[in-house]
Amino acid sequence: MSDDEKAVKIPAQADGPTEQGATLTEDAAPGEVLLKVTGLQKHFPIKKGLLQRQVGAVHAVDGIDFEVRSGETLGVVGESGCGKSTMGRLITRLLEPTAGKIEFQGKDITHLGVSGMRPLRRDVQMIFQDPYSSLNPRHTIGTIVGAPFKLQGVEPEGGIKKEVQRLLSVVGLNPEHYNRYPHEFSGGQRQRIGIARALALNPRLVVADEPVSALDVSIQAQVVNLLDDLQQELGLTYVIIAHDLSVVRHVSDRIAVMYLGKIVELADRDLLYKSPMHPYTKALMSAVPIPDPRRKNAKSERILLKGDVPSPISPPSGCRFHTRCWKATEVCKTTEPPLIELRPGQQVACHHPENFADQAPQDTVLLTVAKEAAELVADEVLAESAETSAALAAEVAETASEPTASTEAEAEADEAAESAEAVEPAEPAKVEVAEPVEPVTPAKAEAAEAAVAEAAEAAGAAESAKAAKGESAESAESAASAEATDAAGSEGQESNGK
Amino acid sequence: MLAYLIRRLFAAAVMLVVIVMVVFGIFFLIPKWAGVDIALSFVGKQADPAAVEGVREKLGLGDPIYAQVWEFFKGIFAGRTYTGGGDSIHCAAPCFGYSFRSEQAVWPTLTDRFPVTLALALGAAVLWLIFGVSAGVLSALKRGSLWDRGAMVIALSGVSLPIYFTGMLALSVFVYGLDLFDGQFVPLEDSFSGWFGGMILPWVTLAFLYAAMYARITRATMLEILGEDYIRTARAKGLKEQTVIGKHAMRSTMTPLLTMLGMDLGALIGGAILTETAFSLPGLGQAVLNAIKNQDLPVILGVTLITSLAVLVANLVVDILYAVIDPRVRLA
Amino acid sequence: MTELSKSGAAVGEPTPASPAPTAFLEVRDLKVHFPTDDGLVKSVDGLSFQLEKGKTLGIVGESGSGKSVTSLGIMGLHTAGQYGKRKAQISGEIWLDGTELLSADPDHVRKLRGREMAMIFQDPLSALHPYYTIGQQIVEAYRIHHDVDKKTAKRRAVEMLDRVGIPQPDKRVDSYPHEFSGGMRQRAMIAMSLVNNPELLIADEPTTALDVTVQAQILDLIRDLQKEFGSAVIVITHDLGVVAELADDILVMYGGRCVERGPADKVFYEPRHPYTWGLLGSMPRLDRDQQERLIPVKGSPPSLINIPSGCAFNPRCPYADLPKDNVTRTVRPELSEVGSRHWAACHLGAEQRERIWTEEIAPKL
Repeated sequence: MSDDEKAVKIPAQADGPTEQGATLTEDAAPGEVLLKVTGLQKHFPIKKGLLQRQVGAVHAVDGIDFEVRSGETLGVVGESGCGKSTMGRLITRLLEPTAGKIEFQGKDITHLGVSGMRPLRRDVQMIFQDPYSSLNPRHTIGTIVGAPFKLQGVEPEGGIKKEVQRLLSVVGLNPEHYNRYPHEFSGGQRQRIGIARALALNPRLVVADEPVSALDVSIQAQVVNLLDDLQQELGLTYVIIAHDLSVVRHVSDRIAVMYLGKIVELADRDLLYKSPMHPYTKALMSAVPIPDPRRKNAKSERILLKGDVPSPISPPSGCRFHTRCWKATEVCKTTEPPLIELRPGQQVACHHPENFADQAPQDTVLLTVAKEAAELVADEVLAESAETSAALAAEVAETASEPTASTEAEAEADEAAESAEAVEPAEPAKVEVAEPVEPVTPAKAEAAEAAVAEAAEAAGAAESAKAAKGESAESAESAASAEATDAAGSEGQESNGK
Repeated sequence: MLAYLIRRLFAAAVMLVVIVMVVFGIFFLIPKWAGVDIALSFVGKQADPAAVEGVREKLGLGDPIYAQVWEFFKGIFAGRTYTGGGDSIHCAAPCFGYSFRSEQAVWPTLTDRFPVTLALALGAAVLWLIFGVSAGVLSALKRGSLWDRGAMVIALSGVSLPIYFTGMLALSVFVYGLDLFDGQFVPLEDSFSGWFGGMILPWVTLAFLYAAMYARITRATMLEILGEDYIRTARAKGLKEQTVIGKHAMRSTMTPLLTMLGMDLGALIGGAILTETAFSLPGLGQAVLNAIKNQDLPVILGVTLITSLAVLVANLVVDILYAVIDPRVRLA
Repeated sequence: MTELSKSGAAVGEPTPASPAPTAFLEVRDLKVHFPTDDGLVKSVDGLSFQLEKGKTLGIVGESGSGKSVTSLGIMGLHTAGQYGKRKAQISGEIWLDGTELLSADPDHVRKLRGREMAMIFQDPLSALHPYYTIGQQIVEAYRIHHDVDKKTAKRRAVEMLDRVGIPQPDKRVDSYPHEFSGGMRQRAMIAMSLVNNPELLIADEPTTALDVTVQAQILDLIRDLQKEFGSAVIVITHDLGVVAELADDILVMYGGRCVERGPADKVFYEPRHPYTWGLLGSMPRLDRDQQERLIPVKGSPPSLINIPSGCAFNPRCPYADLPKDNVTRTVRPELSEVGSRHWAACHLGAEQRERIWTEEIAPKL
């Protein structure tokens, strides 16, 4: 059996099926937007009682935006119940979205019916998780892989059989096995059959839902490599949905992290793994067990999250992660953070991101849940996170013109003003730090340390200020923020600062 | 649990109304649409036109349909009075109709038949549960053994042999051949031993059919449950095998059996026609048979209603028991 | 082919009628075979290892490598759920704290189950009885081995639930498994297995069914509890990350046999079996820079009915042709010492393996 991991040879594409069936649209050039999703929602109604009244809804996918560019691989990670699989079924239109818009190659496909989707099915294919249940046991491999041709009414040159055999050899299976049944194959081979079926019509976009999670480790690697090779040879675009962060990192160019129906972070792979900004992303990555016994006791780096993911039936207000986040403050509870590009190639939805300047610095009082959550997070991690944020703040403070201290502030508000001043300059960071953040240099580290001390003081001050937060304090704060905004020269800041 | 109970009771009440309406529809509306004279069919074949008109008036067939339904419905709970054609007949609650042919209310004629059927069904159920379930469990535990194969062959014959065959066989062997039993039905009031002696063959015959079905279902369910992870967990705790089977596995095996039992008992209470005929038991089934022979429509209607209600009650009881056994049901 | 596999099976080490071992748990030449219509499934085919109290052994392998059957064999549960004439065949010796379990009275072994040795299963939802409350199930586990009334046992159950980090244990004790989340269920399962302070805890894929953040919580809990209870732990998993987190020693299984065994550090840093290399190479790693390409093991795991003759790994091994005389395909390699407390079963020479590892494999990882 030739499922050996030899370099997969892709036979000539010249007589491929594309030549016959006229494709829907022109090929998108690499890097062009192939799929664009805006405000996508899927709510599954919960019905109860005799009359099947709707009593609520599972907010499986609750307003997500992203793009998939031609030729890239977008990885989607998240824990069970985060809506990643639902998302996969929505973009392949196996499910009808509740709201939002899906555009494929510029064409709105959100509400296309079965017949409207038919030409599109050629361009968008799906690979499923379970290689055991996704293949009909009563059909031969030839029938399974050849089915798309029959459904689409495409007659490949040289006949379906020849084309199917070509596909089987593309995915590293023996073409002679055309007449065998799925049960005669191992898990990894069945997944290859599923891939061959998906590739039959030479699709543009392949959505793979947990393509390797049912496979053994050694087989996983074979399939991952196969997907890799096929992408390079055929110029495929992938959306790969998986719960395994190491697999996702290996296969993806960009990665979306989902939590309770929302994308919390969407970033280029390296940025995401080197400097995750959303606390959830950070916790998720730190939770992956490291296959290195020498780091067994490096437990200090691990962020243990408290409790379980809340129910998607009634997701938490504001930022959905605030019930488990160690950095959550009042604003997280009340205001939902938008997904914004804080750094080129890194979009984050967080008020208090890691590895970046705070987005809501005036809000420093931790929620009680956050304090409890922080107890599970090692001091080193907290210190490190404070350091990086403060370093950034300091860096920005150095480069940006110093905002004049709000001396006009009333005497009673002195403390509050001080805190505002210390933290506020971080605000412009969003605009100022346009280039990728450099690692903290020793010189800057010193400044950072000073900044940490300052920030700590400020935090204390802010706490007391908040208690006494009368009109005076408020005015001082707004004055400071107004100035900071001026310095930044951005109107977008204002809404964010308040 | 309480919420579940209330929900189920409410659902049963709704079902009750629906059943009454449907039965009314079958007996009054469909014939009307089909152009059949309902009054004529209620009176019988050789009726003089005056009597037919009287019945038509008594049943209020000229009234609007909702009034007819209401009278019909009211009769079951409060009784009704049939007036028209010069006389007036009162039918006390529960009024399941009035037989104009035999000139008596349907319910009283059924009340002495109902206990016979109930006794037949319940007695047989006890027997088939004891023998069917234990045979099924044993077969599952000794899968592939001689016992298992033997039991399943017997079960297969039990399922496939018709009651009148097994009934006649039992009668000819035990009553006419060995003369062990009397073979005659004796009312319980007259003599317990006579009643018991008369019931034992019908019980066994009826139970044989059902025990066979229950044994097969029990075996299949048990085998499935024994492969469950939580059975392995029970063993891993160090439980004795008897406890593992008797407590952990049995409780799960009971759920599908219970569903079946509800259905079967409900249906049987409406009359085990074949068994009752074979053994000449004066039960509901025999009443239906006679009514059909005599074209006594009110009796058929009455029995139909009673059967439906019996199924309804049996299902209600099963639903409640179900929730007692399986906590997950309480939430649904 | 058939002949070869027969002769291969005969090579198994003879079992000496040796005295009771000094180790807390010692398994000697364990074999568990299941007769089926298609032939004899040799799930475990000659496995030996020792484990001391307070230590953790990680058994790693792919599906069908025999790792789960090993644990069931130790617990005496390999026949569980098997009714009818075709019972599993088990042979060898399992010494637990001076008692040989396979030759012991089954009722005695039953009494050890749950008290001396306990087990955590992969899927806590299916491993807990859906019709009984968490409390009832823990109380039952406690009362089998302790002669106490229900009230005392329930107090103990609440205490255990509290210990494994279930909030409001006095209320949650009356909940049913379906009312718990996946992580909570696994915690309850752990509470149940530890309620009798067992000396040996076997965790069969304890976190495979859980999300990664919950997995981190559970691994943390298992580690803490082991420190507290000082029991011996066997962790069975396919995830090298999980063993690296928990295990002191690692045993790599392939085709029902041990191919490499040694301290965790050695197995990860100086592996001496090509299959272990394969496992390490197939795994994308978060703690390293992005690998260019994974190095998978070719082919698929063997069928346990028809295990390849000679070295079971030979059809998938890139180095199968290096040893002379086709020995990899005819003679089954035995475990041999390759370092202190470190064994591997491979026909390649020790120096050869060291060279391949340091020059060819390690740089690519």
